[in-house]
Amino acid sequence: MPQITYRKALNDAFAEELERDENVIMLGEEIAQYNGAYKVTEGLHARFGDGRIMDTPISEAGFAGLGIGASMLGVRPIIELMFWSFSYVAFDQLFNNAPMIRYMSGGLINVPIVVRGPANGGTNVGATHSHTPENFAAYTPGLKVVCPSNAYDAKGLMKSAVRDNDPVFVMENTLLYGQKWDVPEEEYLIPLGKADIKREGTDISLIAHGRCVITCLEAARVLKEEHEIDAEVVDLRSIRPLDQEAIIDSVKKTNRAVLVDENKPFCGTSAQIAALIQEHAFDYLDAPVKRVSSLDAPQIYSKPLEDEMVPNAKRIVKAVQEIL
Amino acid sequence: MSKNSNTTTTANGKSGTAQSAKKKSAGVNASLTREDKVLLYRDMVRIRRFEERSLHAYQQGKIGGFLHLYIGQESIAVASASLMGGHDHIITAYRDHGQALSVGMTMNECMAELYGKFTGCSKGKGGSMHFFAPDKNYWGGHGIVAGQTPLGAGIAFALKYKKLKGCCLCLLGDGAVNQGAYHESLNLAALWNLPVVYIIENNRYSMGTSQERSSAGAPLARRAESYDMDWDVVDGSSVYEIRKKLAPAMQRARDEHRPCVLEIQTYRYRGHSVADANHEKYRSKKEIEDYKQNHDPIMLFQQTLLKEGVLTDEKIDEIDREAKNEAAESAKFADESPYPPEEEIFTDVYWEVDHKTEKNQGRLFFND
Ligand SMILES: Cc1ncc(C[n+]2csc(CCOP(=O)(O)OP(=O)(O)O)c2C)c(N)n1
Ligand SMILES: [Mg+2]
Repeated sequence: MPQITYRKALNDAFAEELERDENVIMLGEEIAQYNGAYKVTEGLHARFGDGRIMDTPISEAGFAGLGIGASMLGVRPIIELMFWSFSYVAFDQLFNNAPMIRYMSGGLINVPIVVRGPANGGTNVGATHSHTPENFAAYTPGLKVVCPSNAYDAKGLMKSAVRDNDPVFVMENTLLYGQKWDVPEEEYLIPLGKADIKREGTDISLIAHGRCVITCLEAARVLKEEHEIDAEVVDLRSIRPLDQEAIIDSVKKTNRAVLVDENKPFCGTSAQIAALIQEHAFDYLDAPVKRVSSLDAPQIYSKPLEDEMVPNAKRIVKAVQEIL
Repeated sequence: MSKNSNTTTTANGKSGTAQSAKKKSAGVNASLTREDKVLLYRDMVRIRRFEERSLHAYQQGKIGGFLHLYIGQESIAVASASLMGGHDHIITAYRDHGQALSVGMTMNECMAELYGKFTGCSKGKGGSMHFFAPDKNYWGGHGIVAGQTPLGAGIAFALKYKKLKGCCLCLLGDGAVNQGAYHESLNLAALWNLPVVYIIENNRYSMGTSQERSSAGAPLARRAESYDMDWDVVDGSSVYEIRKKLAPAMQRARDEHRPCVLEIQTYRYRGHSVADANHEKYRSKKEIEDYKQNHDPIMLFQQTLLKEGVLTDEKIDEIDREAKNEAAESAKFADESPYPPEEEIFTDVYWEVDHKTEKNQGRLFFND
């Protein structure tokens, strides 16, 4: 199986969907002639042309809302945010228009959009450019939220997102774009709402999404090699829909859980998951559920400190040791 | 010229009289002393050398993240700061190093911030895009495109509310004019007669997108007309020109609470940020060279001052040498400075915590 980057996997997903359905278009800053600030859309403008791959002005509220409006008539825009941090400029469109229109119209109108771009810290760019708003989005009924942790998932999930008839927010990661994974050449889709066990284990469940899954796998290796602890790593893949069953099954098996996410802890994604575990697997728990999140302050610029701020394997190992 | 307390310019905020703005600021350049002119020149050179040194540090891996260089645009920050009196304020976007040095921030604190060091202007917490010096009336350093534009109106609002005679210079890029927040700000400024001067630093590109490909209608400043605001377009390659047009605009803002938009034509020689290595793809080498050869603000001012007999070749060399040394020293200072201690992550989040007041109760931080 060929190894391709996360970036290329996404690029292939777009190309395939643009090819398959002429209603699919792409909008965003620098995505066409410049090939994308992170080169995720490389070559698409050359291949599909001006009418379908469109550079926008720096007007997030405008082009996000435009995408929503166009989707009401059956266009299927994939809207790139250079960073999810910039979604805050378009908050009304993304969090008040996109998720509410279907409901308020009594189901008469659909909003089949994908909004995507990187949402991560750890890149030394400071507080305004390091947000991870998957919890904001998952909080909002009407929105779906996907956080792929690797190239294979990124491609399969993105293709499902494009075909979904509701707004799907896909949060990628600049630190993953250049990393490679096995990705088959033949077409495949991964349904939203289906978690994936990235490592089987018996002693503890590490439950994560996005790049934190990779960090958990690293922690699991250390736990095995240095502490003889056999951790299971559950990759949620999508936050909403959420594969509650996979979470509960894993916890029932291992009786312990450490939840890892890059959200800040207060009302972060893992807070919801912790609530579900205590509600549905209380009798199976041998220890309190632990959470490893970003440290609870705005993102610090200084690199060595930022590296401590986002979840790392060291902190995960420590959390595991505290309850095992 | 690097301190906003300098008195070489128009009447500063506190001493406004009923004279018309134009009259007051007439001769804004004629009244410059030889020393003032040398300082204007020197500050532009300092910015350029600082930026070059920071680029070098980035290439050495000592600075990471984003680094947006001001090289080519130095005249705007320097001319702007040179006109600021005690109650005048300035705020800008992420391309913020030039403004910082122009208002009198030291190279040391700026370079250390870029390195993420504790001795930086924000203790290493803000980074390249987020410099601040409220003691010098410099309110940042803002990473989100046009995010600073309502803040500029707000600073102007506060000046008026507090009955202080001053104005706010709010800088933005040519790409930022397409954000809703900017238009909302213009309307508020005009509607409420706020003493704010919006300065569009039009360097012709927003990242890889030319003005023609991003903005309908030109000149960009003309959009002010729909808000009944004054506007003008200024040749940014001349420090004198900028001062000539900016001084009366600031005076009108101070005296009559009339906001306006000035579009200053300029150019950046480097990529959008250091990461934008392919900037010769979206614009030609020839275009870049033309600006460097024929429109460089430092070179042009140098020629003017040589002609005026203000500068000599020796003096030019001396200024350059000093600026380079100062920049090199700042890199050394930054290198040798410590990173912030880990506890610093949780300071400066809440006033209450930093000041250990016990007024409020309840938990503020939620770490594992
Ligand atoms: C809301 C928002 N969208 C996008 C960006 C990414 N971005 C940073 S600078 C920039 C271009 C801005 O160009 P311009 O306003 O002309 O300023 P210049 O960089 O030329 O000084 C873009 C798209 C951002 N920081 N904030
Ligand atoms: Mg620009």
